[in-house]
Amino acid sequence: MSKQPTARKADPSTTGHSWDGIQEFDNPMPRWWLWTFYLTIIWGVGYTIAYPAWPLITGATPGVLEQSTRADVQSEIDRFASANAPIEAKLDETNLDAIKSDPALADFAAKSGRAVFNTWCAQCHGVGGGGNVGYPTLADNDWLWGGTIDDVYTTVQHGIRNTTDPEARYSQMPAFGTDGLLDKTQIGDVVQYVLEISGQPHDADKAGAGAQVFADNCVACHGEMGTGDRAQGAPNLTDAIWLYGGNEAALTETVTKARFGVMPAWTGRLSEAQIRSVAYYVHGLGGGE
Amino acid sequence: MWDYIKLAVLGLVAVLAAIAANYAHDLAYQVNALTAMLAAAIAFWWALRTAGDYRPQPQNEYNDGVVRAGVIATALWGVVGFLVGVIIALQLAFPSLNFEWAQGYLNFGRLRPLHTSAVIFAFGGNALIMTAFYVVQRTTAARLWGGNLGWFVFWGYNLFIVLAATSYVLGGSQSKEYAEPEWHIDLWLTVVWVAFLLTFLGTLWKRKEPHIYVANWFYLSFIITIAMLHVVNNLAIPVSIFGSKSVHLMSGVQDAMTQWWYGHNAVGFFLTAGFLGMMYYFVPKQAERPVYSYKLSIIHFWALIFLYIWAGPHHLHYTALPDWASTLGMVMSIILWMPSWGGMINGLMTLSGAWDKLRTDPVIRMMVVSIGFYGMSTFEGPMMSIKSVNSLSHYTDWTIGHVHSGALGWNGMITFGALYFLVPRLWGRERLYSLTLVSWHFWLATIGIVLYAASMWVTGIMEGLMWREVDANGFLVNAFADTVSAKFPMYVVRALGGVMFLTGGIIMVYNLWATVARQPARSALTAAIPAE
Repeated sequence: MSKQPTARKADPSTTGHSWDGIQEFDNPMPRWWLWTFYLTIIWGVGYTIAYPAWPLITGATPGVLEQSTRADVQSEIDRFASANAPIEAKLDETNLDAIKSDPALADFAAKSGRAVFNTWCAQCHGVGGGGNVGYPTLADNDWLWGGTIDDVYTTVQHGIRNTTDPEARYSQMPAFGTDGLLDKTQIGDVVQYVLEISGQPHDADKAGAGAQVFADNCVACHGEMGTGDRAQGAPNLTDAIWLYGGNEAALTETVTKARFGVMPAWTGRLSEAQIRSVAYYVHGLGGGE
Repeated sequence: MWDYIKLAVLGLVAVLAAIAANYAHDLAYQVNALTAMLAAAIAFWWALRTAGDYRPQPQNEYNDGVVRAGVIATALWGVVGFLVGVIIALQLAFPSLNFEWAQGYLNFGRLRPLHTSAVIFAFGGNALIMTAFYVVQRTTAARLWGGNLGWFVFWGYNLFIVLAATSYVLGGSQSKEYAEPEWHIDLWLTVVWVAFLLTFLGTLWKRKEPHIYVANWFYLSFIITIAMLHVVNNLAIPVSIFGSKSVHLMSGVQDAMTQWWYGHNAVGFFLTAGFLGMMYYFVPKQAERPVYSYKLSIIHFWALIFLYIWAGPHHLHYTALPDWASTLGMVMSIILWMPSWGGMINGLMTLSGAWDKLRTDPVIRMMVVSIGFYGMSTFEGPMMSIKSVNSLSHYTDWTIGHVHSGALGWNGMITFGALYFLVPRLWGRERLYSLTLVSWHFWLATIGIVLYAASMWVTGIMEGLMWREVDANGFLVNAFADTVSAKFPMYVVRALGGVMFLTGGIIMVYNLWATVARQPARSALTAAIPAE
């Protein structure tokens, strides 16, 4: 193969201008380019006739199809709403405990509850209810405020420690350190005691002293054995499940400053059927009682 | 006399900036005021040192000093912008890189506008100003108008960038995408931009060529339109003259529409028209071939600037924007397809008769790939503006991929080509230090862009489908967090693409430096010679 370039086809004429050595050929516009351009313009005119497009003084041309994106989405919503209306009405009337014995209703509540949970709850509690530090795991059988479906339903309805719902579940742990109720030695002792009752390595002398501190200050809520009290949302301190961490540093922080976890009330934001569905879904995550 | 007026003005500015720093309501404003004071003080000192000196302005020589400064700024800001891009890409893949100690300064929210402004305005803006100054002088055979006004534009524009960047990391932002700088920075940019317009127009006015070359039409449309967009989108009333915050004149959907009228035409006139001006000069020069079609350049120029200005509403499909505005934005975006492609055809067809150079000249290769990405993203854009496509693509990573195939592929590559073209000529060197390194840069950048765009198509379409997936009862199937975790592998691929693009940029900076420092000099040809 010869590398010698063959003679080029004769170049077309130029426009005769030259700038810094740059010239311009007098080529016509490519036909396909021009015709595609014309076609898009013709299509554009047709489209603006068909759909709302040209602004007038008090409104715009509605287009011969009179399409409206708002009406479209509303009809989609209405379609599903009316399709789901009978089963949602049934859900509202059915006793929460009885949902699972009606297969169609149970299937609907599980799907609806999952969608509600993924949209509104997963941000804190994690997809699947896995939980995060400060946000309880919902897939185990350790419950702060009770794990029957009615308990879960009440919690979703009213929330926890919020300021918007007077019926919200409420309790408050004192900030023993910040408010000067206990001194540093006492806090150190009671933390060792909690380490002891939760079966963790601890300083036995300090834990011994801490038992008295615990008896004087903590048993009212957490119980004599430290097993907690669901009526007050007081956690069980004898197991390995910790909302804010169970090591010495985290416990010291908790006793010193206290914790105040808040959950919003969902009544008013979600429909009755949605609240029932999500209660059913959470109850079914694995730890429901 | 002029020197003393200058001294008085600079002194006054320094004192006023010091007062503003003293009364500042917020840290971002205070640092801006101190920076302005420092800049004015340095300029004052310089003016004092040179006051009364005889400064010849050789009218038959081009002003290439300011272009050289622009070349350096473009290359360095480019690397900075790419680096910040890589950092935020890694922050998205690995959120723990939003370090606790850097919260409020170097977290994703602060760095993201820093990245976009660094690449668009610092890298792209300096490239546009620098090439505009070079091209307008060459194609009018006239020295840059206005004496040292070009230098004012260069330093003023880069001061704007420093003010904006420091303001962002300290929390100054008016929350308009690509128009984040606060009101006082906007005012300064307006002054600089008017000086830019005057410099450009003045040079065109005293041209020695009978006609105005097509590249200059594009540059001029870019300068004028950006001035208009910048002023209208930033109409605001400051809460205090000593603070960053301001209240926008428009509110609600009018404000959103104004913002995207600005936003889309920043793409249209800054990143398209301006860079087409660059393409229309450097491609025929490097290929040493005439431009393919004069007729096509006229028609596609006027069609492009007429149509682009309508396309903004496609950023607001399915929002509070009325349907009619949405329709018009979409229709004009689709009609815009061919006018955009006119530039691609003219660029690629200019190479007909010189295709063999692709084998030997990596700089030409860069320019061809650049035009290729231009064609691809100006097809992708109209397609994404179609309402039904947009309902899937909007708010997803597809948009990010689209922007980057334009920004990295088109804007980045054509700028790299221009830099490789300019450095030997501006510094009077025989040739580039190493064509092998240019080839390395070419392949790293090209593969990096492909990784970037492809990974964003995958995640974008995937998350769009996941978001809209509903079951038979109309319930959403996926949680938002599900889509985030599903995107992780593609985020790593995207970051890898960014690392490759950055590496190419660093290689380029080294190559350009070595060209100046290590290549033998030849006599520079800077005299303005009109062609016949």
